[in-house]
Amino acid sequence: MALERWFRRNRPSKKEDDNSPAGLWLKCDSCNAQIYRKDLVANSYVCPECSHHHRVPADARVAMLADEGTFERWSGLIEAQDALEFVDTQAYHERLKKARQKVGRPDAILTGGALLDGLPVALVVMDFSFLGGSMGSVVGEEIASATERAAAEGRTLIAVTSSGGARMQEGALSLMQMAKTTVALEALTRARLPYVSVLTDPTTGGVTASFATLGDVIFAEPGALISFAGPRVIQQTIRQDLPAGFQRSEFLLQKGMVDDVVDRRELRARIASVIALLRSGLPQPEEEGTLRVAAL
Amino acid sequence: MSLPFEKPIEDLEAKIRDMRAYAAEQEIDLASEVEALQDRLDRLKRDTYEHLTRWQRVQVARAAGRPTGLDYLQRTFDDFTELHGDRTLGDDPAVVTGLARLAGTSVIVIAQQKGRDTKENIHRNFGMSHPSGYRKAMRMFDLADKFRLPVIALIDTPGAYPGLAAEEQGQAWVIAESIRRMSQLTVPAISVVIGEGGSGGALAIGVANRVLILENAIYSVISPESCAAILWRDAGEAEKAAEALRLTARDLIALEVVDRVIDEPLGGAHNDPDGTMALVKQALVEELAFLASLSPDQLLESRYKRFRVLGRFQAIAAA
Repeated sequence: MALERWFRRNRPSKKEDDNSPAGLWLKCDSCNAQIYRKDLVANSYVCPECSHHHRVPADARVAMLADEGTFERWSGLIEAQDALEFVDTQAYHERLKKARQKVGRPDAILTGGALLDGLPVALVVMDFSFLGGSMGSVVGEEIASATERAAAEGRTLIAVTSSGGARMQEGALSLMQMAKTTVALEALTRARLPYVSVLTDPTTGGVTASFATLGDVIFAEPGALISFAGPRVIQQTIRQDLPAGFQRSEFLLQKGMVDDVVDRRELRARIASVIALLRSGLPQPEEEGTLRVAAL
Repeated sequence: MSLPFEKPIEDLEAKIRDMRAYAAEQEIDLASEVEALQDRLDRLKRDTYEHLTRWQRVQVARAAGRPTGLDYLQRTFDDFTELHGDRTLGDDPAVVTGLARLAGTSVIVIAQQKGRDTKENIHRNFGMSHPSGYRKAMRMFDLADKFRLPVIALIDTPGAYPGLAAEEQGQAWVIAESIRRMSQLTVPAISVVIGEGGSGGALAIGVANRVLILENAIYSVISPESCAAILWRDAGEAEKAAEALRLTARDLIALEVVDRVIDEPLGGAHNDPDGTMALVKQALVEELAFLASLSPDQLLESRYKRFRVLGRFQAIAAA
């Protein structure tokens, strides 16, 4: 519990933030309307004027999905090692230190067990405010162990992604987290437990190219950028303008890449409904998968 | 054709050639002089290649003349039968797949293919696959499981292609699926990074029981140029990025990302393709002999564990 307090102490206090003149009102990036911050928060961080989906802090995301008082945090007990001693314009260990102080958690991920509409789930929520939600060793380990724990405890896995991709400062170790998070999903498949993936703005690179797009059901939030290569990289490659809406949720729905684009205010209900349907199939046969062909 | 740091080696080689020609022309015996120069050349080569910077190794990994997937398929393997197409979208020339024999053992080979000249490079899209290429690879994984054929994947790509069609056809989705499908193989799988292991596009065929890498090959989460453009805001800082990324074979074995480094002949693979391919073949035969003794369950389990443990982190000390 001392650990819990230590993190809390470093977290910027929400109350202070809300009461400061700058925090009271904010401008919607999409429609430029002045919004009262409390209204935005009460509306699931969706602009009351234009329905633009603003980014959601990881804790608020958990609060939106978990039944009240049921969330039990699993993540937060491990931290990154700077195995490469990576230095660019700033040392990686310095970047980590600053991010930890700013965000108040050891890395870009929050996981835990909860009930969602009374159904047992494991929540994996990426935190974009921590180094762009990039996936390094800690994010990969937290996701893999939450996935395995979900399988062991009979929980549906729900991943809410927002990430710039693999974390460059951990080099090939970050790349390997794509394989690690993916192989861990095998545990859920074997236990025949659902995995619902929710892609939010932005989900790109190595996260999109691994566990994020392997959900049994994939929902995307409206207007989210979801891509393998970023728009700038593609523009540099093909040297022409990208079509409007390219790599956005609605475009991907059209291309058959996601199951649906879901308004955040309906997300919880939609997830609950799909889990309930997936988990109420015919009984699993004792001996599975063997097709008996009658001898002629 | 030679790499910038190879200039002194080339000069010395030219000098030896000249001296031999002169000796022949004048019918004089310069054997001991030539031998002395040859010794110097060997020392120079060894010294140069032992002390290559990471950025220089990136250049070796990409060097023209380095054996490509098709070179291995035609010269290291026997009875190569190419199988084309993903049965959905088309046939991606950036990935060559098919059946072959390796020292008598029938296998499935998946090879990322760069061009050996400009024309072929354009045809092969510089080894950068579209989703179709990964779908073709997954088709091969299905064949491998069905007919119990070990899988050998030769990795050599700057990365999966970042283009309009590739995104529309779900580049990220197929890479994720390929990673998953390969991890589920019930037959032995060996991946060899023979040149450039570029990010997710390489990993898509890199989820093997054993991951091998040639001495001067690289394997990285991002190219040094792109990394420099993002972190230093200047692609010209690629040399610094290459150092920081720890992307050489020696780095990767220390990080346990790869299992075995295959030495290249002195002077690098591009200076001795046949010698290089012989060493790769020998390594593959050894690895395959070992993996063939494992049951499907053991193969699945050991592959799962191999990737499950990767990464570096530590428990947070209680405050």
